[in-house]
Amino acid sequence: MSRQSNRTTDSKKMNSELFTLTYGALVTQLCKDYENDEEVNKQLDKMGYNIGVRLIEDFLARSSIGRCQDFRETADVIAKVAFKMYLGITPSVTNWSPAGDEFSLILESNPLVDFVELPDNHSTLIYSNLLCGILRGALEMVQMAVDVRFVQDTLRGDNVTEIRMKFIKRIEENLPAGDE
Amino acid sequence: IWTTVFGRRMADEALFQFLHYELMQYIYKSADSKETENGRNITKLENMGFRVGQGLIERLTKDTARFKDELDTMKFICKDFWTCVFKKQIDNLRTNHQGIYVLQDNKFRLLSQLSAGKQYLEHAPKYLAFSCGLVRGALSNLGVKSIVTAEVSVMPTILLQKI
Repeated sequence: MSRQSNRTTDSKKMNSELFTLTYGALVTQLCKDYENDEEVNKQLDKMGYNIGVRLIEDFLARSSIGRCQDFRETADVIAKVAFKMYLGITPSVTNWSPAGDEFSLILESNPLVDFVELPDNHSTLIYSNLLCGILRGALEMVQMAVDVRFVQDTLRGDNVTEIRMKFIKRIEENLPAGDE
Repeated sequence: IWTTVFGRRMADEALFQFLHYELMQYIYKSADSKETENGRNITKLENMGFRVGQGLIERLTKDTARFKDELDTMKFICKDFWTCVFKKQIDNLRTNHQGIYVLQDNKFRLLSQLSAGKQYLEHAPKYLAFSCGLVRGALSNLGVKSIVTAEVSVMPTILLQKI
């Protein structure tokens, strides 16, 4: 990635820090409010979903990407355009299943976890679970039902962060009520 | 190429706005729906903003020289800090030179999603709480103790008062 002038780099970094810090504050609050990690994970997923269903519109408006032909193209768009646009990183797309319905996003670095350390009593917390919800919600709005989950997490000691995405089915557009 | 660059520069801001909105919704949803809870929720949001503001200013001023006085500090908030957080500077800074500063933002970003109307004014405080905390937190780490309140007069202008 080529470096621009210091000022631009700094202000870009600063803004991702605003998001990172705010996200940290959110997770902290959730951990306070909920008894166990599972609940927090669920909340993060739900909130991510709410963000995703609106983010997709924002994304489509900004990127003027047309309809993806297949899941492979979707994967590329997610990794090379969406992640780059919103989080400034470009995960790699790997580990395709033979059927072509499942792949992994490998994140060398995860801006959400800058300066974050998981305390010992939160070993099952999926800190960045918001991302899974976002992806799921966004894709649902473009008629794709997917399953998204973390399989590796640098916060939990893995070398990389790996998100696995599986295509479940195409969602039929809902007919307006009263059409039957 | 133009479109991509423009899109990219605003996109991370959009992401933050979405997160901020969800954060607000969460704080309000998780409380009982009683009239009296509103104050507590505002405080919660403000406190979260405070901690984030502290963290942000730490990184932003890592290599900056110390400020010569309070006004200098406020100018930094109005220019550098505001630009970092809201991608623009404060439009107007006034002071009575006795510790009260009024910062005016004529196009406050976090309010841009709210439409005009009476309902708007009712809900605006929710949207401002976190940002007030941000400013208070930033000032706190710069050695300035403050109370930060916000007012929406004509939408979407806000006035922040640091006392």
